[in-house]
Amino acid sequence: MTPNDTDSESGPVQVRGTVLTVRRVDAYHAMTIVAPGIAARFRPGQFVALAVGGPDTSMLLRRAFSIHDVRPDHGGTVEFVFSAIGPGTRWLAERRARDVLDITGPLGRPFPVPRDPVSCLLVGGGYGSAPLFSLAARLRERRCSVDFLLGAASGDRIFGALTARRTGRSATITTEDGSLGVRGLVTDMLGQVIHEARTDVIYACGPMPMLRQVTALGGRYDIPVQVAVEEAMACGVGVCMTCVLPVVGTDGITRMVRSCLDGPVFRGEQVRWDEVGTIPFDAFGAPGWEPRSRRAAQAAAANSGHPHPEQPAGKQGHGT
Amino acid sequence: MAPDLRTRLGHVELPNPILTASGCAGSGRELAQFFDVSKIGAVVTKSVMLGPRAGRPTPRMAETPSGMLNSIGLQGPGIDAFLRRDLPWLLARGARAVVSIAGSTVEEYAELAARLSDAAGVTAIEVNISCPNVEHRGQVFACDPGAAAAVTEAVRGRARYDIPVFAKLSPDVTDIVAIARACVSAGADGLSMINTLLGMAIDTDTMRPVLAGITGGLSGPAIRPVAVRCIWQVREALPDVPIIGMGGVRTGRDALELILAGASMVGVGTTIFHDPSACVRILRELEEELARRGVEHLADVVGLAHEPRAAARRRLTGNVL
Repeated sequence: MTPNDTDSESGPVQVRGTVLTVRRVDAYHAMTIVAPGIAARFRPGQFVALAVGGPDTSMLLRRAFSIHDVRPDHGGTVEFVFSAIGPGTRWLAERRARDVLDITGPLGRPFPVPRDPVSCLLVGGGYGSAPLFSLAARLRERRCSVDFLLGAASGDRIFGALTARRTGRSATITTEDGSLGVRGLVTDMLGQVIHEARTDVIYACGPMPMLRQVTALGGRYDIPVQVAVEEAMACGVGVCMTCVLPVVGTDGITRMVRSCLDGPVFRGEQVRWDEVGTIPFDAFGAPGWEPRSRRAAQAAAANSGHPHPEQPAGKQGHGT
Repeated sequence: MAPDLRTRLGHVELPNPILTASGCAGSGRELAQFFDVSKIGAVVTKSVMLGPRAGRPTPRMAETPSGMLNSIGLQGPGIDAFLRRDLPWLLARGARAVVSIAGSTVEEYAELAARLSDAAGVTAIEVNISCPNVEHRGQVFACDPGAAAAVTEAVRGRARYDIPVFAKLSPDVTDIVAIARACVSAGADGLSMINTLLGMAIDTDTMRPVLAGITGGLSGPAIRPVAVRCIWQVREALPDVPIIGMGGVRTGRDALELILAGASMVGVGTTIFHDPSACVRILRELEEELARRGVEHLADVVGLAHEPRAAARRRLTGNVL
């Protein structure tokens, strides 16, 4: 059975969820919605996609947000964090308790977690840190140690600093303006934290330039990096084909894969960061793409439909 | 009593008129997570080409008022992978498959039609002629009656006789009726309309085009009146040609509007991005809209808006009595 087939136990659901709370968290908003089916299926790293603007909305595209946390109360609730920067997110920020929203989830591939108790470093940029806390809880269940490295432009844009300090073995904060923690970027502190924490695995979520840098530094220390990417999506469920990025498969072939279905979590070194936003000349089906042999062409075509080339079956260890 | 929603796609009978619109439903697999794809009239697949295609760079979409622009560039794995994986998957689930095809030359379209005819289970072929013709300075087939007819004739000639061929028309033409006539004369069993309208958006902060592909196809409720107009004009000129109507359908009421203009089937497109289970919702709403008006057979209201008021009323009440 392919992951795209209907699976009532693990596949996403579309529900009308009742808003429980919308609260301001520093520069961001956090919304909690009652959605038992989504909460029950959730694994860290997955996301939800919401319709915004009400039944006669002129905003057709769904808004996708990483799931911050799920809780068992009210049968199952889902919380996500967002920044009210556009008309859709501003509309969401104006919702009140008992409003009903159309929500789909949990969507995408979750973070794979190691089999063995290893040292994990969780790196978050801005509210990209939101999915890292449920991941941390799951990692601790596996007796992994968890260190946090969170960065943002300013202190009010660090999401979850207190939780990171309370629950992490260590928590390092960086801000560009120096208003909280160390002045600078997360990548300035990454090497030092890796040394001190003796990091075995890095998980990162945040802006693409940050993910690219973290992947490069992880590679320098020979540490596997799992990234959750942020690509613009229209549907979140794999039909619109807008959220693609170039990813190298285990067969060495680059494909334009959908970050909603084949991600949002990827192994960092398999994303062709320099070519994000382009079609690499050697990508499967690119204008210059030529199979090296007929066999290679067939192999590429055979894999192209289930393009999950980079995820080693989701829950495998990191070889550490 | 529930209205009879059966309709005909060429000589093929469909249980109801609600289809997915090409490019908005993949090959059905992704949407099967949200509804049973065998419950709608047919799944119209994303346009398949002969070879694999990576598509255009990102950003590929922009939200616009009640619509969106897209510039995907027909990304897909090609006909081999489609026949090996996607078509059998649809058939195994009891779905009816209308396969959209796209090419850069007349011969590519013809070869696709032949390949689909060799496979069992294709309900119909929809010819996406809104592609640049590489043999003719990249002019879009759909914008020239001669080129549109050449593609249609080639596909009809190579497609198995019992597979209906529908040509999908672009609204970006001076005279859509002329293109429709050309396709029908070339052997099209029916027409699909409308494809997207060419549009563009500029980011006023970066002062650059939003889409990497610069221009993109505009879709969504914003274009529905254009769809209604195109369907109306073609139905007026060619009243016996079956039409699959699409363009901004969001509710059962919208589907009924296209049906009244002359469509006997309705494709749901961009609305799927907003609501992945939209097809079954719109089917239910359409049924309610018809029942509320005392319509017993869908066929009775196809193109009804063309009839004078009194005649239209007679046609409906005749069935009620």
